[in-house]
Amino acid sequence: MTDNSQALTTVMATAPHAGEARSARDHRHDLWFRRTVCGAAMVVLGLLACIAGSTLWGGAEAFRTFGLDFFTRTDWDAVAGRFGAVVPIYGTLVTSFLALLIAVPVSFGIAIFLTEVAPPWLRMPIGSAIELLAGIPSIIYGMWGLFVFAPFMGEYLAPWINDNLGAIPGIGALFQGPPLGIGTLTAGIVLAIMIMPFITSVMNEVFRTVPSQLKESAYALGGTTWEVVWDIVLPYTRSAVVGGVFLGLGRALGETMAVTFVLGNAHQLSASLLMPSSSIASVIANEFSEAYTDLHRSSLIALGFLLFVVTFIVLACARLMLMRLSRKEGL
Amino acid sequence: MSSPNENLYRMRAFKNGIAMVFACAATGFGLLWLVWILITTVVNGAAALGPALFTEMTPPPGTPGGLANAFYGSLLMSALALLVGTPIGLMAGVWLAEFARHTRLGMVVRFINDILLSAPSIVLGLFIYTAFILPVSALTNHQVGFSALAGGLTLALLVIPVVVRTTDEMLQLQPGTLREAALALGVPQWKMTLQIVLRAARAGVVTGILLALARITGETAPLLFTAFGNQFWSSDLLKPIASVPVVVFQYAMSPFEDWHALAWAGALVLTLFVLTLSLLSRLILLRDRSY
Repeated sequence: MTDNSQALTTVMATAPHAGEARSARDHRHDLWFRRTVCGAAMVVLGLLACIAGSTLWGGAEAFRTFGLDFFTRTDWDAVAGRFGAVVPIYGTLVTSFLALLIAVPVSFGIAIFLTEVAPPWLRMPIGSAIELLAGIPSIIYGMWGLFVFAPFMGEYLAPWINDNLGAIPGIGALFQGPPLGIGTLTAGIVLAIMIMPFITSVMNEVFRTVPSQLKESAYALGGTTWEVVWDIVLPYTRSAVVGGVFLGLGRALGETMAVTFVLGNAHQLSASLLMPSSSIASVIANEFSEAYTDLHRSSLIALGFLLFVVTFIVLACARLMLMRLSRKEGL
Repeated sequence: MSSPNENLYRMRAFKNGIAMVFACAATGFGLLWLVWILITTVVNGAAALGPALFTEMTPPPGTPGGLANAFYGSLLMSALALLVGTPIGLMAGVWLAEFARHTRLGMVVRFINDILLSAPSIVLGLFIYTAFILPVSALTNHQVGFSALAGGLTLALLVIPVVVRTTDEMLQLQPGTLREAALALGVPQWKMTLQIVLRAARAGVVTGILLALARITGETAPLLFTAFGNQFWSSDLLKPIASVPVVVFQYAMSPFEDWHALAWAGALVLTLFVLTLSLLSRLILLRDRSY
């Protein structure tokens, strides 16, 4: 003990400058370390601006040539050099809307099942199965859609839809068309299957953040499971649930491969959901590497810019709504 | 007793019953599709699986072959993506967790990163095309166009947000006492971060890298016009290169039966690889928690 402290005093007495130099060096290293990691974070920040900027720049020729007409024209003719974005925009919106229409209730049901209904031993396996499936590459969904679901659709579902829904006045026009198998409805269904795991896992996660005292009080008052879910869990998590749905919408809007396989890449505007169509992402995937004129390429990049802006807005809304719940949790 | 009350009870029980049946049916419905997809992939893929798949090149229609060059291309580009993306992601994650936890700028970066995490991958491909391929092509007098390098960079853009997010989260989970103990001993901050906090969070950080790899494994859309594709074996970073998802896409869209079989085999290998990666990352996290 005395030896040690003696040795220490000797060291400190003989080398006071060494200690100072060392602390100065550490300080310098810390500063550089801090600057480096901060630089990396700024790269992330800059990426977003670069993506928006470069796609806007790449699409400038199309915007200059067509002006605002780009968003109102329906013709897409690579040979004549006329490009209008209405059909892809319409296709993107309709397929995503259909996907949400199917996926949201189903995801809600699965999330109720996982948090309130299923016995505890069943929750883990089903929950992780769904999360694992969220990781399956979208190209697998597309292939399955093309080789398995589209024939099934053309053979059984489309004729049935044609016969039963096509005759309804008003909305009948939506369901009339040849039983091709591929088309807007098929793409919507494949997309729905794809985004279902995403929405389910968000809902499942946020449902679990509801304080159990809240739920138990409601049960103690005699509430049924459904009443607890609808009147307690859902109001408590409302903003996050909407956020999860928007997250799914963001995925659906930008999804490429699952849609490209089954949408048919047709540039005609058609009221029927059974007809082939095209979406922004599928047009880019199908035509970009084969686009030979600058204008064609520029029009595709302009579509990409549009897609980026729209998904940015949707995803930003999603994140803001998810953040609202975590703020509530923090209180 | 009073019948209006009884009616109300019956109504509520009935409503609850319907909701419960709906929840169970939804779960069954959801799992049905997913199981159907998996079974289709396994059955169709297993039929074309064989050693030739990994040793022979992508064939013209009508001749037997494999996907060896595509596997190699995917491997090369994934390695490149991890090599470029992981350090940037790690560093940005460290900054978020250690230096900017509650700052406004930190919040902004986190927000932007979350958006990048689910941004459409095809737009990232367009970004690399306009910001990398076009300038490089102009500089090299159109000698270099679509390239493995461009494909790898595109995939790196997909790696970064995943790594940033997991690193940030995992570092934030480490107790503050760990940092204080190290700083109290006079350890400089960079050493404390790299050798103590990051080491304590190792399992989580590795999980993030595995998840990023799983994400880029099946990525197709942006590779279509960055790495393009190549029928032959190529290891030149400045030349177009084949990749499994792109070959699967092209073969599946073709009218040839034997190409379809190869596409299914490729799809099966992709699926198995991705599922293995996510299982592995789960196991790593579970083992880490049990300590």
